[in-house]
Amino acid sequence: MERSAITAAACALPLLLGAMAAPAVADELSDMRQDIEQMRRQYDSELQRLRKTYETKLQQMERRLKAAEDKADVAQKAAERTPQQPAIAAAPPALAAAPGPSIAAPQAAASPPIAAGAGGAPASAGAFNPAIGAVLQGQFTSQSRNPDTYRLPGFALGDSAGPLPRGFSLNESELNLQANADQAIFGNLTLAFHPENTVSVEEGFIQSTSLPYGLTLRGGRFFSGIGYLNEQHAHTWDFADQALPYQAFLNTQYDDDGVQVRWLAPTERFLEFGGEASRGDSFPAGGTSNHNNGVGAWSAFVHTGNDIGESASYRVGVSYLHTSAKDRSTIDVDGTGARVTDIFSGTDNTYIADGVFKWAPNGNFVDRYLKLQGEFFLRREQGAFNGANFSGATQTGFYTQGVYQFMPQWRVGLRYDQVQANSRGPSFAGTTLDNLGATPRRYSAMIDYSTSEFGRVRLQYENDHSRPQTANEFILQYIVSLGAHGAHQY
Amino acid sequence: MYLRPSLAVLAVAAIALTLAAPARAALNVFACEPEWGALATELGGDDVSVFVATTARQDPHQVQARPALIAHLRGADIAVCTGAELEIGWMPVLLRQSSNAKVQPGGSGYFEATQQVRLLEVPTRLDRAEGDIHPGGNPHVQTDPRYMRVIAAALAQRLAQLDAAHAAAYAQRAKAFDDKLGQAIPRWQAMAAPLKGVNIVIYHKAWIYLTSWLGMNEVATIEPKPGVPPGGAYLAQLLDDIPKRQARMVIYAAYQDARAPDFISEKAHIPAVMLPFTVGGTDAAVDLFGLYDDTIKRLLAALGGNGGRS
Repeated sequence: MERSAITAAACALPLLLGAMAAPAVADELSDMRQDIEQMRRQYDSELQRLRKTYETKLQQMERRLKAAEDKADVAQKAAERTPQQPAIAAAPPALAAAPGPSIAAPQAAASPPIAAGAGGAPASAGAFNPAIGAVLQGQFTSQSRNPDTYRLPGFALGDSAGPLPRGFSLNESELNLQANADQAIFGNLTLAFHPENTVSVEEGFIQSTSLPYGLTLRGGRFFSGIGYLNEQHAHTWDFADQALPYQAFLNTQYDDDGVQVRWLAPTERFLEFGGEASRGDSFPAGGTSNHNNGVGAWSAFVHTGNDIGESASYRVGVSYLHTSAKDRSTIDVDGTGARVTDIFSGTDNTYIADGVFKWAPNGNFVDRYLKLQGEFFLRREQGAFNGANFSGATQTGFYTQGVYQFMPQWRVGLRYDQVQANSRGPSFAGTTLDNLGATPRRYSAMIDYSTSEFGRVRLQYENDHSRPQTANEFILQYIVSLGAHGAHQY
Repeated sequence: MYLRPSLAVLAVAAIALTLAAPARAALNVFACEPEWGALATELGGDDVSVFVATTARQDPHQVQARPALIAHLRGADIAVCTGAELEIGWMPVLLRQSSNAKVQPGGSGYFEATQQVRLLEVPTRLDRAEGDIHPGGNPHVQTDPRYMRVIAAALAQRLAQLDAAHAAAYAQRAKAFDDKLGQAIPRWQAMAAPLKGVNIVIYHKAWIYLTSWLGMNEVATIEPKPGVPPGGAYLAQLLDDIPKRQARMVIYAAYQDARAPDFISEKAHIPAVMLPFTVGGTDAAVDLFGLYDDTIKRLLAALGGNGGRS
């Protein structure tokens, strides 16, 4: 250690002394110059080599481009052909048959460069990736009553029903993947990310694309085709929360595993029939799985609609949903205000009538439009609630709402919704099914601003008479879509 | 179960309607926009029955997937659309709900005009912050008749392929249409000679094919970015720029709100010109020939006009 230090010092000393001497400096400089010269030569040759490689590549590319452009020019010239040049010399059938000298053949068929796909994207494994879209939603709410003590007198509720949480919260964020699997099957997967950091499969289905006679088959997990709002994803709703009857009767939306068949009648008027058989694990069905040979729910629906002149259009429908429950448990707040677990076994028959009407000046939805919709629900229920038998219980509900876009990007909306359970007599007094003699109802108003098709901010006010004491609620919400441009249903 | 009777009534009604459906023409054409409906009529004549999904007063970017459109697409033998993602907000839903295997993309019953030609304004940066841009390029090809000629040839061939029995008739009509357009194009070009080099303000980036054809220069847009409505500050800036950029007129399509162009027109003292954009956009644009004819006439009127609206 010491020795090497001394050696270094010994070497450094003459160097230092030498550097002080002028001739030595000159030597040093010429050495450096030589070094630099050598380096430059090395770099030059390296650069030369690189340039050659790239030039070759560039030339190749230019040649290819030129070839493509030439072909395009030919096509373009053909398109610009003046009448003096006999454009179509061929016999008429040439258009249909072999690529003769007809105008169709050289331009459309023989010269791909003028087609949009000209040059072509390179084939890669990623080229077949499905369309990917994500929806981000979140909100801030201010509520005069605690959402945890929410109850809807007369109704046992599923876990998704009820007000949004107080304060800041994420709403469901969605990830959607969809694509044609092959020539016969379309696939769709929608994952929902919940604010509690859990993930669920909201929809995951396959659907036929090439069946004859207007038939479409679907299998997997999907939102049932009953009603109007049932099939619509939350980010397309016109209000921040779901209408009361959907909350009370279907736990916001009926989403189950099963099969669906739809038949679109070959008529000028839209007329569609559908039927579904499903597992029956979603509210109001539920409880022990693997009952009824695996079919715990079935449904049927008819939708019809048409244009009314150029400016307006509508769709109306009726739907029926039959569900059975076996020891279905729900966590509710009962007639005395206590949190209880309710057990229900029995059957529900739910009937829905729905209608939607849209109007825009000249049918142009960019500047202004009006959308009116409403749905009516009726449910007949029978079975045993916490061991007490009942039959012929009737519950009804409806909502009606209107949304008006009064200028581009700005919309306002009003909604009234209510549900009602008939009285089940003194034996149910104080239970969840005690209707307290009330007609739960709400008045809602909203205004929203869309930054584009992909971004929306909404402010909503609710005057909520659906719980035993009136509540007031403000919701400030955002909905943003990323990725694939989703097409919206009517 | 009290809905059962109404279901039965509807089922019976459906069957009755099915049986009562009139005898069909050889080919049912579902045209996404009026220009393709007009083209299909030119090429198909009596051999086609054309349904047009939208009108010239509707923004083709934003169309509702209406029940009537689903029903008509179900019975179509061919869908003729612009493509290049112009219809991406509604056509995929119609295609999926129509339960019609014939018109699905990739098959011979699905025709996209933009697939037949080379598109302009292909974006180099794909980011929605740039507005509603189309990755494949500008889809509004119908504003240049030379493009229409290429597309017509391809469509005629496709119709003949689908309806081989009438192939000769399609070819004949295609030739007649091409001849007529071939004669009209030089006439229009001669007519439009004074428009060459004229600077214009456009509403939406929907005119590149027209302006390239006639040699006009787009020097500013009313929309700050495609699909984004203009704000006050942007319009003020635009008004400042108009004299600097020597814009002679502001043009907009029949489906667009006239207020912004009228405002620009009034403040900048240049005419605002409403153009048909597609067949049916103006009274004179009764067919494709009327479309180009009226477009040029309106532009010329604005150029020679007194600064008022044409």
